[in-house]
Amino acid sequence: MLKRTSYDVVVIGAGVVGAACAYYAARAGLRVAVVDRGPVAGGTTGAGEGNLLVSDKEPGPELDLALLSTELWRELADSLGEQVEYEAKGGLVVASGAAGLDALNRFAVEQRRVGVEAVAVDGAELRELEPHLAEGLPGGVLYPQDAQVQPALAAAQLLRASGADRYLGEAVTALRRGADGSIAGVVTERRELAAPAVVNAAGTWGGAVAELAGVRLPVLPRRGFVLVTEPLPRVVRRKVYAADYVADVASGSADLQSSAVVEGTPAGPVLIGASRERVGFDRTLRVEVLRRLAAQAVALFPVLGTVAVQRAYRGFRPYLPDHLPAIGQDVRVPGLYHACGHEGAGIGLAPATGLLIGRQLAGEDVGFDLSPFRPERFEGADEGSAGSGPGAE
Amino acid sequence: MVNSRSERVGYDLAVIGAGPAGLAAADAAAGLGLRVALVDAGSRLGGQYYRHPAPELGAARPDRLHHGWRTFEWLRERLAAAPLVDYLPGHHVWAAERGADGWTLQATRGPEGGDRVAVEARAVLLATGAYERQLPFPGWTLPGVVSAGGAQAMLKSGLVLPGRRIVVAGSGPLLLAAASSLTAAGARVPAIVEATGYLGYARGLPVLAGNPGKLAEGADHARRLLRHGVRLRLRSAVVEAHGSDRVTGVTVARLDARWKPVPGTERRIACDALAVGHGLVPQIDLAVELGADTVTTADGTAALRVDAQQRTTVPGLWAAGETCGVGGADLALAEGVLAAYSVAQRPAPAKELAARRRRRAFAALMAAAHAPGPDWTGWVTDDTDVCRCEEVPARAVREAVTELGAADARTVKLLTRAGMGWCQGRMCGPAVACLSGGPLGRPDSRPLSCPVPLAQLAEQDGSSELSE
Repeated sequence: MLKRTSYDVVVIGAGVVGAACAYYAARAGLRVAVVDRGPVAGGTTGAGEGNLLVSDKEPGPELDLALLSTELWRELADSLGEQVEYEAKGGLVVASGAAGLDALNRFAVEQRRVGVEAVAVDGAELRELEPHLAEGLPGGVLYPQDAQVQPALAAAQLLRASGADRYLGEAVTALRRGADGSIAGVVTERRELAAPAVVNAAGTWGGAVAELAGVRLPVLPRRGFVLVTEPLPRVVRRKVYAADYVADVASGSADLQSSAVVEGTPAGPVLIGASRERVGFDRTLRVEVLRRLAAQAVALFPVLGTVAVQRAYRGFRPYLPDHLPAIGQDVRVPGLYHACGHEGAGIGLAPATGLLIGRQLAGEDVGFDLSPFRPERFEGADEGSAGSGPGAE
Repeated sequence: MVNSRSERVGYDLAVIGAGPAGLAAADAAAGLGLRVALVDAGSRLGGQYYRHPAPELGAARPDRLHHGWRTFEWLRERLAAAPLVDYLPGHHVWAAERGADGWTLQATRGPEGGDRVAVEARAVLLATGAYERQLPFPGWTLPGVVSAGGAQAMLKSGLVLPGRRIVVAGSGPLLLAAASSLTAAGARVPAIVEATGYLGYARGLPVLAGNPGKLAEGADHARRLLRHGVRLRLRSAVVEAHGSDRVTGVTVARLDARWKPVPGTERRIACDALAVGHGLVPQIDLAVELGADTVTTADGTAALRVDAQQRTTVPGLWAAGETCGVGGADLALAEGVLAAYSVAQRPAPAKELAARRRRRAFAALMAAAHAPGPDWTGWVTDDTDVCRCEEVPARAVREAVTELGAADARTVKLLTRAGMGWCQGRMCGPAVACLSGGPLGRPDSRPLSCPVPLAQLAEQDGSSELSE
């Protein structure tokens, strides 16, 4: 079979963000190729829970992006919903004490101002919403916009729907540059693909791709474990998590943070996330991490105590020092675009990221303020790299 | 030996698995003065190989079903008298962590088993054996279709037969042993259907000459089978099992060199049970999770890479027996002893060194002789369930590859759920790897190597509260 080797854009990375970039670029009429050294969803996407959350985000650029993504996911669900196991099940954030509930409610007030639907819920209503929740919890906030997809399917189906040519299992070894320094294509282990534009959607490994272009993008890994129980009837209806989770997500600390996010899935197993550690790409299991997740899940849902955890998996979230992704054209290298560093929110933020990258690629008006996500914003700063280990993957 | 709950004691060596390798290692290590914890998921010593009936069944002669039963009895008696060995039956190890002073093994005794148990030891020997490889075919999920090893296990532990007229099929030396046990127990075996031609063994005549015991064992089985009129069909496979509530017959076809069924050669054989298996797969989850290097054996399974002292590439972690590549009980016994000597930092005994050399050569020959041909997937129809836990048909696996860009077992699992069910891919993993066209012998790492009740996982580990 003769492969076309000249494209309008080559996307590096077949995770959910790369797939969304390919999808929206193709919809904008561009000829797209996607390259990945592994299979589809082989990195962080395949190790995620598939959270589409607005609830955990404070007002600001990331929440704006999440709100746009929420709409886009709804649109996508019309055509792909079942194939990607889209569920608009809503999130329920639970406070453990009166002080926590106050803080949570104040947080929700701010969120409502920018368009988040947030419904205050008292203790009795909590148990109506989630009958198996522990007794004695003072209340929480219900977020109807929170939803879920199966992340690997989301990436694979978006990629298929894009119609992009896939070059999987071949690593990009170099970027071709024109005489003026602008992007001219990519070189893989097996071929050359000519294109005037390259999108760096390499997730946790986005820093290495930026390096191929001679620019710095300090993407770092933040490790997480997820526990998966045996299949159960629906004991957990929504995405339920403790209010501490919000503080953990925003934290830059290297120490272990964990706060249980508990949710059922259409296939039956209950997923329990989400620990956060900065340990580079170290894969070594720490039993203490699993123990804390388990203890927090049992505290929220005592009924889960007798349930068997069937397996656990780990992944490395790609994060940048200010916890915002890098999205958009890199002014340092004409033709280079970045779409990486979404940390734990990549599944949720993928469609908005793809749409905006697609518009930039097509030369359209982006219609969204991308300046907080400028890839070159870390120029001159030297924070971050101390915590990263060797890229063992 | 003590049936102990004193798990908090720091051991010199924790042996995981009480089959031939683990028993030999525990015995040798205790003989060298090491304090040993023998941790096993089973409820009785012996593992799969020396599986035997519960005493309540009052079996008169469990030895009739076993080669090497005397070796087992000898080891069992010695261990019973060894004060340095604590035996922890019914303990499923789900994780191993290495700290500054050594290992902590986390174990569960099941949902009803109370608290989680931590075992601390300076060194760990992985002697977790192997499990059977299944290659799916239409009808393989029918009642009455059992694994060849499962049929033997039923016989060894409960003295029950899976049927009266049992076809034995698949590939590997286990088929002869299983058929031999089944006929000895009174079943009729109309045919043994072996996918290879045994020609692979002919390439290793010097190796065979060095393993007269293996030849004698094979001849012994052959004599017994001949006496019972069992027909051996070589270069053939069961390509379909028939029946509605239960298997009533199988279709057997000849295979070409690539294991593609030859059209027009199908024959139907009536039976009320089918015992089928395609060799064994090393059980190495704990070591893979710890980052140990593996090698791909000649039959496409992953085994642990060990050095001459049975050391894996993870410091402080030894392996012996089937975990280093399937090779049978005699090899496991020798490697268990060699591992114990290495842990004790003593020179290796010559007898076991020689035995290992001979048996490893035979194991390599055996693996090459029974490696599945690449075209076996031709008999898997689109609606055959490949993953029986999650009921994933071959069609879904094939679509994940052609439509969605999966190219290995892990991605197929993510996209189809094949391998996400109760058995965690132990049943379908090799088949999914073949159907995905991905590399064979690349095990997935699993942070938990077996299910753990959530409440036990949530328990505070008490070991830090101990003062020395």
